[in-house]
Amino acid sequence: MAITAAAPSAGRATRARIGRSIDRWLLPIYVVGVTAYLILPVAVMILFSFNDPTGRSNLNWREFSIAAWLNPLGRAGLSDAVRNSVVVALVSTVVATILIAHIMFNISYVVVTVKARLANFPRHLEEAAMDLGANEWTTFWKVTFPLILPGVIAAALLAFSLSIDDFVITAFTSGQTQTFPIYIYGSQLRGIPVQVNVIGTIIFVTAVTLVLVTTLWQRRVAARDYAGSTV
Amino acid sequence: MRRAFRLRAIAPYALLLPGLLWLVLFYIYPAIQMFLVSLWTGNLGVGYTQTWNWGIYPEAIAEYWPWLARSIIYGGLATVLAFALGFPLAYAIAFRGGAYKNVLLFLVIAPFFTSFLLRTISWKIILADNGLLLGPIKAAGILPDDFRLLATPAAIIAGITYNFLPFMTLPLYVALERMDRRLIEAAEDLYAGPWRPQGTIVGILVGGVLGMVIGTVMSYGALTLGIPFAIVGGLIGTFLIGQAFIRVTLPLALPGIFAGSLLTFIPAVGDFVNAELLGNPQSLMIGNVIQARYLQVTDYPTASALSFVLMLAIIIGLFIYARILGTEELTGASI
Repeated sequence: MAITAAAPSAGRATRARIGRSIDRWLLPIYVVGVTAYLILPVAVMILFSFNDPTGRSNLNWREFSIAAWLNPLGRAGLSDAVRNSVVVALVSTVVATILIAHIMFNISYVVVTVKARLANFPRHLEEAAMDLGANEWTTFWKVTFPLILPGVIAAALLAFSLSIDDFVITAFTSGQTQTFPIYIYGSQLRGIPVQVNVIGTIIFVTAVTLVLVTTLWQRRVAARDYAGSTV
Repeated sequence: MRRAFRLRAIAPYALLLPGLLWLVLFYIYPAIQMFLVSLWTGNLGVGYTQTWNWGIYPEAIAEYWPWLARSIIYGGLATVLAFALGFPLAYAIAFRGGAYKNVLLFLVIAPFFTSFLLRTISWKIILADNGLLLGPIKAAGILPDDFRLLATPAAIIAGITYNFLPFMTLPLYVALERMDRRLIEAAEDLYAGPWRPQGTIVGILVGGVLGMVIGTVMSYGALTLGIPFAIVGGLIGTFLIGQAFIRVTLPLALPGIFAGSLLTFIPAVGDFVNAELLGNPQSLMIGNVIQARYLQVTDYPTASALSFVLMLAIIIGLFIYARILGTEELTGASI
């Protein structure tokens, strides 16, 4: 927060220098630190997927091993749980309880996030567009939507990540269907098998890759469309 | 002309309809159902009957108020900590992110691509008595051997803070990113300098109070954490916070602060996974009670009554909070 520059006093130069070094060093270091903090548990999870799987629970490091990677579904019930998770995530029928509950709790996240963006929205831009002959539809897509897009993207990210990583909601709505998080929760008391970390790592890497690929692809499409429209 | 006018008049309601319908069907209706269940009597063996037993509310509150209070304290502290961690992060991404903006946002959300449970179990490994964090510190002799984080309120609050940090950061980012940066320049042109001495005083007070509350809740002693927090707060208030920040950036970020704290506080208060995995039997939260009453003891009336009490408490709290922050005026006003 380098807002300490430009004061009408003798210390102005010093302060400006402090401000610049905050900009250059403090904020980036902070961002790297917090990002590391956010990623740390994921790194631990991936690390412990290479733990020797012979022990009762996977909470202490024993020995490096790829045994769990060679047999990722080698635990009773795990393959069913993973299959159910994939089904719920990808092809759930429109009226399934879990899906309804998911949409239900995601609505609130989307509304609250987008509303933070719409607060103090410059309405005169919409009015200007309409004065220039645009109808409501055009105004929305050409003016309003691009302006609130960062809010919409943030909301969509939240909703997607919340949905892919359900536990609480599914625990109460699933009945007999066991999904991957439910399996983890159930085995948590007896000791979590290393295979859980392997599956977790696979899901993480797959999701990250999918998001990166779609983003890059969209960017390319957008760039092409933009080039086309300017000709 | 007339028809177009009428269309325009109903358009907002038509746009609201799908969301509202969904809410009525899948929120209002289950909430009413839950309310009715809370007034049942019976058990799974003999069946339940609707007895309108209103006494269950005072009974449940009298029996479980420590869990309720604990949940609100833990959730509130986690929200404040997530704000303290998330605001600089959102600020840095929005104002200094440059070409890395989307990459950084993606990194903020990346932890969500693993299960919430797996991340919390990872914290169990990290915070264990001789784990990744405490092992080296104890080996260096900085902390005594019997010091522990896992199975304490500190671990629960840390876990909740971690798990809900992205919910705080994203709305803050959305609000800050929209801000017109020329306003800060204008403020500085108008002699907005450092915020002294008020910044120092406010920093010491905010840091000190926060440290004392955290110290008390985590039973490290009010002053053990109060003094260092006060020093850090004073330094931040003196050197990092300027008048332009207090008068321009912060007020304009209010909608984001409001949204972020709602998205953090509400799920944090009802959370039971962190308390179960990282806490001890004396530090369980109301979510644990509801979950146990509902799924293990099948005492549906008490579980429903407690859920309803929690929901009411949160709604009342939110109204007060919205009043204090004054976001209604803020969001309602158009420039």
